[in-house]
Amino acid sequence: MRRYLLEGLMRRPLTETAPLPDADAQDQLAAAFARTVRTKLGRSLAIRHVDAGSCNGCELELQALSNPFYDLERFGLHFVASPRHADVLTVTGPVTHNMAEALRRTYDAMPSPKWVIAIGDCAKCGGCFADSYAVAGGVDAVVPVDLHIPGCAPDPTALLKGMVALVERMGSGAEPN
Amino acid sequence: MTKLPDLTWTRSRDFRAAPFSATPVRPSEWTALAHALSAGHFTLLSLWAEEGAACMALHDADARRVAVARVDAATGAFPSVGVHHAPAQRLERAAADLFGLTPEGAADARPWLDHGRWGIRHPLGGASPDAAQPPYAFLPVEGDSLHQVPVGPVHAGIIEPGHFRFTAQGETVVRLEERLGYTHKGIDRLMRGASLARGAELAGRTSGDSTVAYSVAFAQAVEAALSVAVPRRAFALRGLMAELERLANHLGDIGGICNDAAFAMMLAQTGILRENVLRAAHAAFGHRFMRDRVVPGGVAVDLDAEGEAVIKALIADIRDRFPSLVELYDTTASLMDRTVGTGHVAPDLARRFGAGGYVGRASGRDFDTRRDLRYAPYDMLRLEVPVRHECDVNARVWIRIREVEHCCSLITQMLNALPTGPVLTEVAPVGEPRAGLGLVEGFRGDILAWLALDAEGRINRCHMRDPSWFQWPLLEAAIEGNIIADFPLCNKSFNCSYSGHDL
Repeated sequence: MRRYLLEGLMRRPLTETAPLPDADAQDQLAAAFARTVRTKLGRSLAIRHVDAGSCNGCELELQALSNPFYDLERFGLHFVASPRHADVLTVTGPVTHNMAEALRRTYDAMPSPKWVIAIGDCAKCGGCFADSYAVAGGVDAVVPVDLHIPGCAPDPTALLKGMVALVERMGSGAEPN
Repeated sequence: MTKLPDLTWTRSRDFRAAPFSATPVRPSEWTALAHALSAGHFTLLSLWAEEGAACMALHDADARRVAVARVDAATGAFPSVGVHHAPAQRLERAAADLFGLTPEGAADARPWLDHGRWGIRHPLGGASPDAAQPPYAFLPVEGDSLHQVPVGPVHAGIIEPGHFRFTAQGETVVRLEERLGYTHKGIDRLMRGASLARGAELAGRTSGDSTVAYSVAFAQAVEAALSVAVPRRAFALRGLMAELERLANHLGDIGGICNDAAFAMMLAQTGILRENVLRAAHAAFGHRFMRDRVVPGGVAVDLDAEGEAVIKALIADIRDRFPSLVELYDTTASLMDRTVGTGHVAPDLARRFGAGGYVGRASGRDFDTRRDLRYAPYDMLRLEVPVRHECDVNARVWIRIREVEHCCSLITQMLNALPTGPVLTEVAPVGEPRAGLGLVEGFRGDILAWLALDAEGRINRCHMRDPSWFQWPLLEAAIEGNIIADFPLCNKSFNCSYSGHDL
């Protein structure tokens, strides 16, 4: 274990940084995001996640946001375990009838101001499950949505981009719910 | 007791190449099969309902063959298998919810997938309007100083939804009861009447972490039903994708299990390797999870020289970096303190439930679809199946460690002997109804796909059975006598699918 700790101190971080104007998209994104979140929210945005019926694909990419390559927490964004601590609710999946109440109650438990990000194609309108008897529809069928990030599943870069967009909209004075 | 019926048994090399037909049995013979299951003569592969009938798939492990029995249920009922053989219970409850068929004599008549919120009952049967359901009755627990801890469906982490009802005495869990079905999307009914392309789309979205395995299982069933000759290169590419998927999942979960024992460093390290696998998959096949890349008739994308080089470099990197992570796991006493002896799954339970994957193999069940019900490309490869007998979280971690190493070997073997030629062949309807069976080893265990097609090649019935059906019940047993704080650890060491189970 000591070797890994030592390496961690000696080696350059894996986290993809160097936000130069001509660097790749992800780096630019990282810089823009860090700047905006810092200005608007004083380096803190707490996210609560609810899987409202997804296939679990979107969850895997959300989890990847915490790996050393993306390192979501450097932007001041972190996932929290309780809706009471959250500013943002991320929701995946077509919302199943069996999950609709749990989703609504999670949303209601969040303090205002609060924002909702619907993640993935299914969260838009139900995706390929849209016509099912078991599906209520997209996330906006149950709670108001501020932003939708498309993809099946959206990769971590797309997720970061989406969160930037939301934070920028917060900056432009869009009213939260 | 009624004599066992003569079932049409099929060897593994045959059932994926030709249509499959279920053997009709009388109710008394059906019950005799249930007794045979209970006595351990066969393993239950799945149980499902069709219009006016119930079916079960059986595996005869000694003879390496499978069969499907069908009993008439036109009266709306069929004899319960679950009353004799517990692994069938939840499958029967699901069949009752979806088709309205009653398993006669069943000990547990509570609904399973139907939470009374669909607006209709029996969506694949008569689809009658919903009648108000009584609140779900959890099993009673009696004793001194008991308290209950309800958890979910919304969990603290970024994971799928499900409800766990713990009853504890002090810190010790005396009973866990699971309640699932929250992610039920109605896939069985969406499949009905669907084209093969639409079916493949749905199959690939049944369980997100096993999208390749599900797509292969579905494709196998289609190709068997319609006797499609798949090009050899397509088989090899499917194998590559399946092993990359297994690699990504095992790497992520090894770190995840350690993280649940508060050893975050391992998750950071395996998270790097997992991300590298997903990036390589994207570079080689155009999608991080390789979703929609496996289609009936072959694969949708070919692998070019550049992609091959990316995968080779990935494997070299994992071979270089993984051993020191294994050493880290093996030499961290505080971590072993949490994993050794925790979450014991008795070998007898694993065998009775036919638990697939690392859950079974860590409890002495020496079974792997790739070896025991072989399919291409594994018939051409050298395959080792790790088995352990300690039955605890630690053993399940070690099975995954060995499988990571073995995935690297399989991928190298496949890359060294990659056939050339086309990767996709036409899949055409044959003008008569056909059925087919697919069985695939996903990272979690064996996935079954049963498919009945009409004369035009549209789907009449598609039943997919996730390995989690036979693992979730064992988790309830594994946590008994452990402390609640060890539940995340046990749960992650199983990592059962919610979506694959709830459909």
